[in-house]
Amino acid sequence: MAIAAPPALRAIHTHTVVALLEDRPGVLNRVVSLFRRRGFNIETLTVGHTDLPDISRLTVVVEGDDRIVEQVVKQLYKVIEVLKVSDVTADRVVTRELALIKVATGGTTRSEIMQICDIFRAKIVDVASDSLMIEVTGTQDKVESLVQLVRRFGIKELVRTGRVAMVRGSQGVTRVDDE
Amino acid sequence: MVTVSKAEQRASHAERNVEGQRLGGAQILCEALLREGVEIVFGHPGGAVLPLYHVLTDYPIRHVLVRHEQVAAMAADAYGRIKGRPGVCFATSGPGATNLVTGIASAMMDSVPVVAITGNVPTFLLGGDAFQETDITGITLPITKHNFLVKDVNELAETVKAAFHIAGTGRPGPVLVDIAKDVFTTEAVFQYPHTVNLRGYRPTYHGNMRQIKAAAELIAHAHRPLILAGHGVVISGAYDELLELAEKCDIPVGQTLLGLSCFPQSHRLSLDLVGMHGTSRANRAIQECDLLIGIGMRMDDRVTGKVSGFAPHAKVIHIDIDPAEIGKNVRTHVPIVGDARQVLRALNSVVKPAKHPQWLARIAEFEERHPGRQWHPADGLQVPFVVDAIYRATDGDAIVTTDVGQHQMWAARFYPFDRRNRWLTSGGLGSMGYGLPSAIGAQFAAPGDVVWAVVGDGGFQMNIQDLATVREHSLPIKIALMNNGYLGMVRQWQQLFFQHNYSSSYLGSPNYVKIAEGYDIPGRAAKTDDEAVAAVRWAMDTPGPVLIDFRVAEEENVYPMIPPGGALSDIIEDPRD
Repeated sequence: MAIAAPPALRAIHTHTVVALLEDRPGVLNRVVSLFRRRGFNIETLTVGHTDLPDISRLTVVVEGDDRIVEQVVKQLYKVIEVLKVSDVTADRVVTRELALIKVATGGTTRSEIMQICDIFRAKIVDVASDSLMIEVTGTQDKVESLVQLVRRFGIKELVRTGRVAMVRGSQGVTRVDDE
Repeated sequence: MVTVSKAEQRASHAERNVEGQRLGGAQILCEALLREGVEIVFGHPGGAVLPLYHVLTDYPIRHVLVRHEQVAAMAADAYGRIKGRPGVCFATSGPGATNLVTGIASAMMDSVPVVAITGNVPTFLLGGDAFQETDITGITLPITKHNFLVKDVNELAETVKAAFHIAGTGRPGPVLVDIAKDVFTTEAVFQYPHTVNLRGYRPTYHGNMRQIKAAAELIAHAHRPLILAGHGVVISGAYDELLELAEKCDIPVGQTLLGLSCFPQSHRLSLDLVGMHGTSRANRAIQECDLLIGIGMRMDDRVTGKVSGFAPHAKVIHIDIDPAEIGKNVRTHVPIVGDARQVLRALNSVVKPAKHPQWLARIAEFEERHPGRQWHPADGLQVPFVVDAIYRATDGDAIVTTDVGQHQMWAARFYPFDRRNRWLTSGGLGSMGYGLPSAIGAQFAAPGDVVWAVVGDGGFQMNIQDLATVREHSLPIKIALMNNGYLGMVRQWQQLFFQHNYSSSYLGSPNYVKIAEGYDIPGRAAKTDDEAVAAVRWAMDTPGPVLIDFRVAEEENVYPMIPPGGALSDIIEDPRD
């Protein structure tokens, strides 16, 4: 047997991959270009600063089986400015996503929406005469549930950050060793 | 006018020390190139690199003016392959830079060290769609190992240092450095760094010993082992180590298209070319082997055919310096990441000697049925006959370059190499037009060697203008033009898979001998076997460049052939066998 199973037989699910990058112009372009060119499917992609001034951190949720994700990790490593890559899917990991949801309100619906927010520990961050802005943080499932619940009131605007992830305990995707 | 030779310039440059002095960016670049050991650059000037060309004449760096930037990139590629360190090319912004693209992409696919330097518009015009501005770092992002845009002269020296380091180490590849025009003329204190600081770039050279022992274990238990040797053997210089492994364990060695010239083909263990137009014995052996050892190769589709039918009985050991190549196409039982030479050395120290007479006898049967170096006399001059004539006239010792297509496959099959690193072809990208530029690069890299450019009439015309460069430098390149009036491989596929519909594959023929003569290059045509042999003899006896227009049979096919999408078992043998 010298071959991989055909795509249909492979389990497709999402993986969370975390990468540390040199914080330089064009690096994100390289990473995104790589995903496009190799046909990797991205569900979400989030980048931001770390505690180190010259290193940024990328969390990407990719669709695909283990073989595809192994290629994602290896191809990411080939980008010169990528310092570290980890597939944290199987780790004990905290994942969070933030969403801002602007929901239409009428005379009677405002309090109902606020009750739902309480249950989700979501915050009302802006109030207007005909709308509320909700800030919710949590796992993708939680955010998705809240979005579904408020949909019937009329969502005027919605923005989600995509997933960020951090491994629990002392393990983690931390410093790059400078040998 | 007093002329100073480049050697004299080099001697005088070696004496002066400019470290710590303020220099313009163009000078900093030239000083950096000198420190990287660059002796020759292939290029074409234009607006954005004029300041560079202005100072270049002060430096002991030879500049070869090409007539199209693609030739600069391809010549640098060939130079890099022969020398084993980066070849360098220059181009101006915009069209100059975009003309490099095919050459850069070829170098990328074939893991060749090239440093391409382009000028761009001044920093204050960048991003504004100025005249001859193009985003060449954006364009070449997926076809370079890495690229840089230099907007600050203070970063120029370290960028060049990093570019050469990245291009020449690990799995080699092209690196492009795009420099804004004003950087060339802005001064900075010149300090050339001794080291590079690339935190994210640390190639693995030494294989994991546990994996190497696991490989030795598989080799010890194999009854029908087979080595697939690729370009990585050439790049790492693992010739002796490969030969030792093959002989010690009695393992036959197939070579990928780019692996040719990494293993002596006169050796009893050589299977010669594998893959789409590989020998019958090589492909049939792959389908029967119980252990496949890939060394410095990437299980490319032209090697494997349909992956699900590839080497169906084999366990796989895969040795490559690029971890991303392992497991990418073919499931691997023992992956070993490392430099082929280092890994083979370690492997040779732990494998036990073995003999496989039955297996080799089986392979000999395949060979007997469909001999690898047999062609069928037919009407008209045959390319295998011509290639064989060149082989005989050069004692198998020439550097051979090719374009892409039928003639490339025939050259690969009928010019067996015993010497190392004599074969230059665009294997991965399959770039027509590579034959002449690579011969130029190779001849500059190895001035004393005999270089034959075996080109097709399609590919040759893609860079025919650089006959001017050949003439200007009197490069003694022997151009063997395989003229069948067709885009031969396109025609072959149309015949076999598209109902003989020769859609746009007929070229006809200009008078190539006259064209050569127009460039003051002697030429002659050959239509028969006798004329061909005489013409090859004439080429060898004529100093300087020559062109032979071999009027070969129009509608010949390359066999055997693995049909596109088929498994190696679906091999189509020559119907005349």
